[in-house]
Amino acid sequence: MVTKLPKVDVVTTGMGWTGGIVAAELTKAGYHVVGLERGVERTIEDYLHGHDELKYNVHKELMQKLNKDTITFRNTLAEEAKPVRDEGALVLGTGTGGGGAHWGAQTYRYFPYDFEIRSKTIEKYGESKIPDGVTIQDWGITYDEIEPYYSKFEQMAGVSGEVDPLAGPRSVDYPTPPLKKLTQMKMFHEAAEKLGYHPFVVPTGTVSEAYTNPDGETLNACQYCAFCGNYGCEYGAKADPIVTVIPTAKKTGNFELRTNSIVTRVLYDGNKATGVLYKDTRTGEEFEQPADVVALTSYTFNNVRLLLLSGIGEQYNPKTGTGMIGKNYTDHHTITGAIAYFEDMKFNSYIGTGALGSAYNDFNADNFDHSNIDFIHGGQIEMHLMGNEPIANNAVPFGTPMWGKEFKEKSIHYYHRNVVVVSQRAILPHKDHYLDLDPTYKDDYGDPLIRVTFDYTEMDHKRNEFLVEKCAEVAKEMGADIIDIIPMAEHFGGRFAFQHDAGGVIMGANPETSAVNNYLQMWDVDNLFVCGASAFPHFGPTNPTPTVAALTYRAAEGMIEFLKNGGGPLVKAK
Amino acid sequence: MSEQEKNIPILDKRTSRRSFIKNSGLTVGGLVIGGAIGSLLNGKSEATTSTVAHDTNQTVIDYSETRQFFVRQKDFDAIVAATEVIYPEDKNGPGAIALGVPYFIDKQLASPWGSNADDYRKGPFKAGETPLNKSEIVLQGVRKLNEVAEKEHDGTLFKDLTEEQQIAILTSFQVGEVEMELVSSAAFFSLLRTLTLQGCFADPLYGGNKNMAGWKMKEFPGAQMSYTAYLDKEEFVAIEPVSLGGHKH
Repeated sequence: MVTKLPKVDVVTTGMGWTGGIVAAELTKAGYHVVGLERGVERTIEDYLHGHDELKYNVHKELMQKLNKDTITFRNTLAEEAKPVRDEGALVLGTGTGGGGAHWGAQTYRYFPYDFEIRSKTIEKYGESKIPDGVTIQDWGITYDEIEPYYSKFEQMAGVSGEVDPLAGPRSVDYPTPPLKKLTQMKMFHEAAEKLGYHPFVVPTGTVSEAYTNPDGETLNACQYCAFCGNYGCEYGAKADPIVTVIPTAKKTGNFELRTNSIVTRVLYDGNKATGVLYKDTRTGEEFEQPADVVALTSYTFNNVRLLLLSGIGEQYNPKTGTGMIGKNYTDHHTITGAIAYFEDMKFNSYIGTGALGSAYNDFNADNFDHSNIDFIHGGQIEMHLMGNEPIANNAVPFGTPMWGKEFKEKSIHYYHRNVVVVSQRAILPHKDHYLDLDPTYKDDYGDPLIRVTFDYTEMDHKRNEFLVEKCAEVAKEMGADIIDIIPMAEHFGGRFAFQHDAGGVIMGANPETSAVNNYLQMWDVDNLFVCGASAFPHFGPTNPTPTVAALTYRAAEGMIEFLKNGGGPLVKAK
Repeated sequence: MSEQEKNIPILDKRTSRRSFIKNSGLTVGGLVIGGAIGSLLNGKSEATTSTVAHDTNQTVIDYSETRQFFVRQKDFDAIVAATEVIYPEDKNGPGAIALGVPYFIDKQLASPWGSNADDYRKGPFKAGETPLNKSEIVLQGVRKLNEVAEKEHDGTLFKDLTEEQQIAILTSFQVGEVEMELVSSAAFFSLLRTLTLQGCFADPLYGGNKNMAGWKMKEFPGAQMSYTAYLDKEEFVAIEPVSLGGHKH
């Protein structure tokens, strides 16, 4: 039996960054929001006693357990997918805060090039530059149009940063100064500058000083304690929905949080989303929550899955190219580079934050000439000081045995004598990479799991070869004695280890090429907004959260317009 | 000075209470957590926190070294020997045995983690997947260690082999040469290596990294609360480690 509840203005499916931003903005505007969250409610008191590598970093205490549901994965259309079974291989945030609880808080913007990647590539290099099967498209929004929303996110999250001279223009400064440069970063800056590049201190939501945001929420100063990414911050020094947007929503009096509530369907009458169906995860009791606006604010996988399970939109078919839901899935879990060992240095490598580090973008986006290079886009050259935790960090030069006497000797010797330079890179979509429902594996309720079909393209390998050499180049300039280039496997191995997945409900300028408009409003169902990286037509070169948040701020503005005007599409198809 | 400030203890000799408060901004906007943080930060001596109990004869018995998972002595002996080969005692410091790794593994396998409680376990299990849980893999693996040892060395158990012989057998597991049921020997070895390193370096609350000796060997300071005092240091700063049990609650 389903209990039908009174109608509300807005219902969200998950209370991480996207749900939190929607809740904050809509409740401030006077609308009643119900936030449904399958996990528990957290406060920063839950992060005390948290400096425990085994519990949080290895066993992923903050993440969704996989015992009720997971995803399945295969490389190619010809293969049968297998479930991702192991806790370490699939990171999905859960509970209030969601991915915003465990994130490392690196807060880069994407480049102007990203938002108009197809037009700008064709304009400069001609259409033949885009390989067959690579389905890049413009996002239906320009950098200038999204810029104010990036700023809004940065002001809300207190982002500490230094201006990247090669990034898109900014309307306002970062609200707080960058984190301190440690020895390794100073070496990196010096080397990069000698090579003629443009290094900057990585912008971060682990804030450098106490900061009160425009909503009146206060973040405390980061302590560089290094228990950061995969951990919650007990200081409230990492921007997290539970110390920012969720309290903002709560203090309006217009917000109702319902935890242990898992949304199983979007209710759809063929024209509108009339609400959602959800279950109490403890009792199995089922509820219908009607709403004027339904905001899908789950993770990429579940946003897509809810649409498919609810019969909304048409499943993308890689053979015919028809259908939009599930299209342009991109995975961003492949980050390689070089490990640099220094015999004469001993760093205080226990110090760190999820985002402490430095980077440069001379080989990112279209910041360099691709005329004689056989790939498009690029990556960021970067190093991070996350605090080398002792279980996860036992680096030894290649050729050293991985256990026994020599391993022990060298792993201890090099523990404070290495710096890892990596390159996060853009991942471009391919016609054969997509999401659909798995034909075999199901969740505890009998619903099919989402299935991922993804592999590296030839261009991904070429881009990687180029970027790892650039990582090694700066490591050499830093004076490293040994430089090992981290190899990239021939095929993606299916480790989804830090929640960087995009696409499936992509945005664009018209319904022929996209599922949502630039307010993340579905073209077909105008009271349904799908918020998250599911809207990215390709995975930009760096961490997704600022772009997710910026798009969601815009979506929230759209929802307010929609409710004010009594409905209708917010954008005319071009 | 407010009550709040008085209650926040000195974090470390090198981080004054005043600079900690200033840097963290706790008194600006963090009063919500001040009390709880304060008590968490109150470091107490590690020496007083080891798990000991006194019987009527005043003999100290360490109940943390009582097995939960391994029942057969031969099974446990094999894992003890194997972990020490993977992470041996040397001039740097203790090996797996002295660090309590075998007891760490025993507890892990007895925990919900040992039964893959948080993993997706629905079938079908396809080629390359194992239907066995972690405790089943390890138990089969250690028995296989003894089986191979006895077969290759005239009935000698794994623990009684020379180090060279033990290395040779573990290597044959590592490369997947040993036949096991429903799982590869490489998967077992990889799990054993992972568990061994976890036991060397996890917080001592899990039974390994005894007396934080694993951390001391790597000069890892453990569950520190702040490093703001060291950000400008060019030279290496060795900080006495602290465990979660060393935090006062």
